[in-house]
Amino acid sequence: MKDFWIYLLILAGSTYLVRAIPFAAFQKKITNRFIRSFLYYIPYAVLSAMTFPAALYATGHISSAAVGLIFGGFFALRGKGLTFVALVNCVSALVVELLLKFVI
Amino acid sequence: MNSFLFGLKSGVPIGLGYLSVSFTFGIMAVSYGFEWWQAVLISMTTVTSAGQLAGIGVMVNPGQYLQMLISQLTINVRYSFMSISLSQKVSSSFNGIKRWFAAFLMTDEIFAVASSQKEVSEKFFFGLMVMPYLGWTFGTLAGSILGNILPDIVLNSLCLAIYGMFLAIISPEARKSKAVISVVAVAAILHCIFYYVPVLNEISSGLTVSICAIIAAVFGAIFFPINNDGEEEA
Repeated sequence: MKDFWIYLLILAGSTYLVRAIPFAAFQKKITNRFIRSFLYYIPYAVLSAMTFPAALYATGHISSAAVGLIFGGFFALRGKGLTFVALVNCVSALVVELLLKFVI
Repeated sequence: MNSFLFGLKSGVPIGLGYLSVSFTFGIMAVSYGFEWWQAVLISMTTVTSAGQLAGIGVMVNPGQYLQMLISQLTINVRYSFMSISLSQKVSSSFNGIKRWFAAFLMTDEIFAVASSQKEVSEKFFFGLMVMPYLGWTFGTLAGSILGNILPDIVLNSLCLAIYGMFLAIISPEARKSKAVISVVAVAAILHCIFYYVPVLNEISSGLTVSICAIIAAVFGAIFFPINNDGEEEA
């Protein structure tokens, strides 16, 4: 039990400081063009690396995940919002999951 | 619309996505032998998916404090880059203690939504924090208490919500810009290599996400440097 509290402190504390120190420290605008470019691309790079290929394994069946991502991706490319695309993803994956379970 | 309310609204899909992810975390924590309140406390104080999952894996063994610290730092180093990146986009009044407060919820998804704004005000960010935090907390609570009440196929499908959100964030920019789509492709291909190639696939996924993202962003910075207005050059 004592372990739990020490572990919790390390887990929560290190996660917080990794987030907070850089956010608080960089008050000025960075002028270096390379670093500014790097920071501009980081969000897209992080999201892409988190999505591929992990998303294919999110549902338990590659087929349902792939169908969900294709339908979701279609609407995402047409500029639909976050909630709508997330919903399309889930519903189309669920339909495939149901087909796999009860039909095929 | 008031920017706090706009932030609140923008956080709704994240909150919904978090409900399902943290629900799964709650189930897993209980199956590892944690009490429901411990699972909820971990979620309320830490608010990160990969880190918490790795964390409870370490916690089941006593006394591995250093291992906990090292695994957390490698999994979470990506947050430092996000924090630096977002620090360049915040409005001038978003400073001091406000930043120390906001950084608590610098998650992948909140960062992604915030950085899709031209300028991030503290009101918007504080609004954006609300729904994800509630979703993360109550999802963990529900998962750890209700356990496996939802049928597997529903739960499985819900897990895809978070990625739908990612697609919706990436796609508009990727369609407009050759540079962004190149960076996205490099990151995706690299991460597939880390995922499928033996030996490389034994490295923790938090760390490989960071490595791939850094390489892809460096690639973008070298081949498609942005000009002074923050737009990439044609």
